[in-house]
This record gives sequence, C-alpha cells and structure tokens, in this order.
Amino acid sequence: MLSLIKKINNEWCLAIDIPKDWKSIFKIFFWIVLFLMTLTWSVKGTQFNLYRISLGIEGISDILSRMFPPNINIVSRLIKPTIETIQMSIVGTLLAITLSIPLGVLGARNITPNPLLYGVSRFILNALRAVPEVIFAIIFVSAVGLGPFPGTLAIGVSSSGMLGKFLGDSIENIDPGSLEALESTGANKIQAIVYAVIPQILPEFVSLGLFRWEMNFRASTILGIVGAGGIGFELMTSMRLFKYQEMTMTLIVILTVVALVDFIASTIRKKII
Amino acid sequence: MLEIRNLSKTYNNKVIALKNVSLTVNKGEFAMVLGLSGAGKSTLIRSINGLISVEAGSIEFEGVSVSNKENINKIRKDIGIIFQQFNIIKRLTVLENVLCGRLAYSNTIMSSLKLFKKKDINWALDCIERVGLKEKAYVRSDQLSGGQQQRVGIARALAQQPKLILADEPVASLDPYSAEEILELLTEINKKEGITMLMSLHNVMLAKKYGNRILGIKNGILVFDKQVIGLTEKEMQLIYTMDTSLIKEKQQAV
Repeated sequence: MLSLIKKINNEWCLAIDIPKDWKSIFKIFFWIVLFLMTLTWSVKGTQFNLYRISLGIEGISDILSRMFPPNINIVSRLIKPTIETIQMSIVGTLLAITLSIPLGVLGARNITPNPLLYGVSRFILNALRAVPEVIFAIIFVSAVGLGPFPGTLAIGVSSSGMLGKFLGDSIENIDPGSLEALESTGANKIQAIVYAVIPQILPEFVSLGLFRWEMNFRASTILGIVGAGGIGFELMTSMRLFKYQEMTMTLIVILTVVALVDFIASTIRKKII
Repeated sequence: MLEIRNLSKTYNNKVIALKNVSLTVNKGEFAMVLGLSGAGKSTLIRSINGLISVEAGSIEFEGVSVSNKENINKIRKDIGIIFQQFNIIKRLTVLENVLCGRLAYSNTIMSSLKLFKKKDINWALDCIERVGLKEKAYVRSDQLSGGQQQRVGIARALAQQPKLILADEPVASLDPYSAEEILELLTEINKKEGITMLMSLHNVMLAKKYGNRILGIKNGILVFDKQVIGLTEKEMQLIYTMDTSLIKEKQQAV
C-alpha cells in the first residue's frame, strides 16, 4: 500500500492513488466530458441567461414597488382562513400518518407477511408520491365540493406516500438482532412489532411526521388555488385581482405561521428524542 | 434432551458452515462449543431454535423436531437464548425487556397495550433480582453498561422459564472482568435451577473453567466431544492449529 502514497516534497504526501495507465485516465476524462456536456445541454434547454436577468431589473423593481407597502388593513380578514389552513394541515397530517402505517408495515421487507403484499404496498406508495397534491385536490374538489375538506383529504392522501415509504425504510433498517431475539422467545409477529420495531422507529417516525406537518402547512397554501379552502384561496384572489399589497400581507402572515409551526414542531421533537 | 443427528449447513451453496455434526446434550449439562471465528459455532447454536433453517440432518428437542414449523414456537418457549450483541431493545426499560420473555405466554392484545398478568410481572421482577439488577428495573436499558445489558438478556431468557439456555458468544463483547461475572452467573443458574446450558465460546481458558463438557468445532466439523476432566492440551490445540491432517482423518471416518 505504501506505493500508493505519493511523496510531493519532504513534508507533504498524497494519500490517494493517481492512475498512470491510459485506460484509467481516459475513463476519468470520459466522465468529466459527459458531465460538462449534460450541463451545457441543460443550460441551453432552460434558456438560462444571466444577461437577460440584468435586463429585467426594471421589471422586478416595478412589481416590487407595487407589492409594498403591505396592506395591513386586511389582517382581520386573514385570521379565519389562516386558522382554517392550520386545521387542514393538522387533520391532513394525522390522516396521512393513519394511512401510512399499514402501507409502511406491509412495505418493509423484514416484517411483511408475504412478498406479494410487500410489492403491492410499495407500488401504492410510489403511485401516491408520483401524483402532486394539486391533482389530488382537483379530484377531491370534484368529489366533495369546494372548501377545506377536499384540501384536507388531498394533503392526507398525498403525504401518506412519503410517510409510508420512510416508515417502511426505517423498519427495514432496525437492528435485526432485536427482532431475532423476540422471535426466539416464541412471541408472535404483532408482539414482535410492538416490542422490537416500534421502540426503535418511534423517534424517527415522530420527527418525520412533524416535518411533514410543516410541509403540509405550506402545501395547503397552494391548494387554495384550486378552491380547496384556506389562506391559499385569499392569496389566489388578491393575485388575480392584481391587489399586490394585499398579496404581500398574505405572504407575511403565511411566513409568520410557517415560523410558528416550525418552532412548535422542533420543540415537540426535542421533547420526544 | 437435545438430539442432533448428521446436521449439515451450507451458505449460498459455497461456504460450508456445518458438516455432519451429531451430538446429544443431556439435562443439566453445561456444554461449551469451542472453535475459531467462522468455525460454525453460531450456525450450530442458531439452528437449534430454528433461527437458521436446517439443510440436512435433524434436530430434536425433547423428542420434537425443530424443523417442523408448527412446533417451532412451542419449542422456542422452552429455549432461552443469549446473544453476543445482547439484542435487548435499548429504548425499553429493563422490566419491559425482561417481560419480552413472557410474551409467548401472554395475550397478544393485552401485551400490545403493555398489560401483563400480575404473576408474570412478579416473575419478571424476580428474574431481574436474580441477575442483580433489582434497582434498575425501571431504568431505560441504554443507560446500562455492557455487562448489565447482558444481564438483562439473561433475565429475559430466565423469564421464559426455559429448560435449555443457548448462548452465542455471550461474553465476546465484554471486558474480561464482566465476562467472568456473566459466566459465573450462568454457572450458578445451571447448578441451582438445573437449566441446561449450551454455549459457544472462543476462549479455551473460560471454556475449561466454567463448562463441564467441551465440543470442539473446526471448519464445520465436530473434532472432539469430551468432558473437561481428562481433556489433554494436545486435543485442545486441535481446534486452533492450522494442521488439517487430523481433520482429514475424521472426515474419512465420517
């Protein structure tokens, strides 16, 4: 191994191997060229251009000047939809957790009762994650009408995909020894889950659920766009009516609540772990 | 009480873990399985309670075959097992861990709500006292030292009221002092409660000091099976030397 260490001078040595044969050098060169080509291709495709941004500064300052100062008078009108959005995020997240538990347990290779159920629940979890929240919102709005209820359903169903996937993954990562030990006592599968799996995954799952709650609050502001209730609906209305100062005020309220939700979530997380 | 006949196991069709092992363990014995890492000790221990499926040969515990899946949970109730890595659940208290040994005797729904019969809890507390952790019963297990964690493992095995305790390298992750303490505790349990012990170890000194019978394993083959009294140095060295001539003889004999 000593031959790998390249002496640079009397004080410094290089601890990694530098390839000397042409094949390895060509390989490295190939990957660098491929990366640069992909990058150029993507920059062209997105029409990424710093010069064009500099030309647009005028436009940016124009819209910003119309956004400020924020219209404080509408705050009283925003209270109700804000509370509604918080409620949507809470119920939606709890719904997601409820849906994700059976899918996650069946979708964990080490405790699933049979491989077919494993495949089916992993497929459902992938499908749930592939569909954006807004699509679910449209579906549920047409099913149960406008308002916060379809928004809550959309949040619950779409975030169960991510929660279930992470739950399944963290169950697969538990210490196999503890599961083996529980099996050895003659305990059945449910008992093994309660005594070996739950204690090991609980802190991780709780902190994931709290993180998802934060995400869901932000998501529920978007869902207003399709008429699924909450503060997002106010945001959309002021945007469509070109009332930019009201829009800024709504954004400030959203930012404040996001910070509050983040604070509450991290406090709970610290208590649990 | 334990009858193993012509047991063989190969992993991935390549690595031979056990080859034609036959042995009988009698009630009340303290038998040590001795051998180098990778000799097949763990495979032997773990196949006895069905953690590893048997490939060829048979294992009978009190006349019941281990390979029969319907019997396995019944047999597991009667066999406690202690692991090298303790395999206790660190986020549970000592008492909860020891009660895991009573799960097979408890109602699924009640035990899932952490409800146990009074006599089960009292028995678990007795087991905790037996291993010297009376004061720690309600402490979370991750706050205990390695030696103490292994005591929790022993208490969990005792809670099952087993007829046989298997131990897979129970002291390999402990310091020498804790190791001897654990082995003394197991010897005492073996003598006083009459629970049969089958333990794998790689330390000859400890095996001779605490066991009363030694089973030497090398490259998956049982090279000797003798009482500790009357065991010669030469025989002991058999399992640790790289000389394979004696093993070849044994193989041919089989």
